[in-house]
Amino acid sequence: MSSFYGVELKSRLLLGTSRYPSPAVLERAVKASGAEVVTVSLRRESGTGRAGQAFWSLIQSMGVRVLPNTAGCHSVKEAVTTAHMARELFDTPWIKLEVIGEADTLQPDVFGLVEAARILSEEGFEVFPYTTEDLVVAERLVEAGCRVLMPWGAPIGSARGLNNVYGLRSMRAHFPEIPLVVDAGLGVPSHAAAAMELGYDAVLLNTAVAEAGDPVEMARAFALGVEAGRAAYLARPMEPRDMAVPSTPVIGKAALGD
Amino acid sequence: MGSPVVSIIGAGVAGLACATELADRGVAVELLERSARLGESACSWMAGGMLAPWCERATTDEIVARLGEPSIDWWRRHYPGTVSQGSLVLTPPRDAADLTRFAARTERYEWIDGDRIAALEPDLAGRFRRALFFPDEAHLEPRKALASLAAGLEARGVPIRFGIGGKPPEAGPGLVVDCRGLAARDELPDLRGVRGEMLVVRTRDVSLSRPVRLLHPRIPLYIVPRGDGVFMIGATMIESEERRAVSVRSAMELLNAAYTLHPAFGEAEIVELGADLRPTFPDNLPCIRRTGRVLHANGLFRHGFLLAPWLARQVADAVLLETRDADIPERRHA
Repeated sequence: MSSFYGVELKSRLLLGTSRYPSPAVLERAVKASGAEVVTVSLRRESGTGRAGQAFWSLIQSMGVRVLPNTAGCHSVKEAVTTAHMARELFDTPWIKLEVIGEADTLQPDVFGLVEAARILSEEGFEVFPYTTEDLVVAERLVEAGCRVLMPWGAPIGSARGLNNVYGLRSMRAHFPEIPLVVDAGLGVPSHAAAAMELGYDAVLLNTAVAEAGDPVEMARAFALGVEAGRAAYLARPMEPRDMAVPSTPVIGKAALGD
Repeated sequence: MGSPVVSIIGAGVAGLACATELADRGVAVELLERSARLGESACSWMAGGMLAPWCERATTDEIVARLGEPSIDWWRRHYPGTVSQGSLVLTPPRDAADLTRFAARTERYEWIDGDRIAALEPDLAGRFRRALFFPDEAHLEPRKALASLAAGLEARGVPIRFGIGGKPPEAGPGLVVDCRGLAARDELPDLRGVRGEMLVVRTRDVSLSRPVRLLHPRIPLYIVPRGDGVFMIGATMIESEERRAVSVRSAMELLNAAYTLHPAFGEAEIVELGADLRPTFPDNLPCIRRTGRVLHANGLFRHGFLLAPWLARQVADAVLLETRDADIPERRHA
């Protein structure tokens, strides 16, 4: 079982909480997904930070672990301030760290990310960094104190699946001991299954469920995809090859027709 | 009319629609409003005023479209200023996939091309290649519509008593309909506020005949023409209950949307920036709850004008059921 800063989770699906038709639908989707961890965004516009309380207490009443995130932060300072606010509000050292570098692709600013990860780790936060599949950046994040890495599958909300399977596979090989989570860009359960088949410890998604025609059913479908992918990984899939290998031998088969 | 049978608390869109519907059905009502003037503390004052059940369908429960569809007629009957020109949904070419996503989640639209866009909205000619046109939708100017309902009630002798509000027990001896919105939290603990921000600008350089929604991966926005060169731009949805003024970021997003739609908005005058909280239940749908002689009608969320007529019909049905045996025969058959 993978351990996220000492916490062992049965479900390998982490779910975001924004963009659902309503908190009631969100709650049913969380249940259907079996997720034990949900991410919650603290919009910085909340100012005092207390203002979103009605929504946040709805989420806390779902009985799942909250992973607050710094979504929408574009600078180290913003991200660090938001993390402080999150720790106070949700009483958790966990923080999903996003430092956005580019507004159109929401690509992480990996330089700011490493810096913020270092600051927050030193302050005792347990950082879940949203990063790319770049190995050097990943190394720096581990050096900064991160014990979980969350590379993107594709840009946030794009539903494109795993854009760089080679890169994600290298990352898995490079960090056999660090829990790895594919975060963002998944669209359908087969994308989640593909990530799990690569040996990833979990996937984190939001829009693919929240904006599905039926979010609750899609949440269930993703749970199945994650479970299938994980089981397949543990079952050690056969290697692909170029030529056919008949499952029934053709040489020496009985000659018919005489 | 004789002494009121039903007291309605709150003269926002919910209270005014309930009072109107009850008066239509011959029930004697009075309307109590805590603030001194119409709209002063009603979040419907800040609304967009789109009667857009099928556009809403793309991002909410399908029931919103079902309950909201008859509202278009209700408003046409009760507010002659209701504009039935449909609505338009656009994206910049780069985000074209969002338009397909939007379409997949709703109905009652037509795909239209640049020529058709230009025919509908000449000022948008050459700016967008594809759009969704929802021909059956409508829109209205919320403040005028509220004032028109209020005037209609007064004309029928329904008193609107300003400066009186408060909790239901303080209201009259008969049935009470609590339409206080978020202020009813004292009795409806699962009600929450969802913040919305809006901007009003004025320009003579652009003209639009219908609401235009601009899809954007993060900041979907709409622009509603209010006539006389006035446009309302909304609306953010933030799970926050803070009542402070519009933030710089939100203002930037709202302004940017207008500018994307047409650069001439860059020269427009800013008339108003406002924010308020929408009263919302956990399923984001309105409902009516009964405690003793009080009917709580609440939770219109961002669908105040779209769903207030439905809410009003439900309230009227419940009230008539209640008063069927009461001594008001002349009202029952009025």
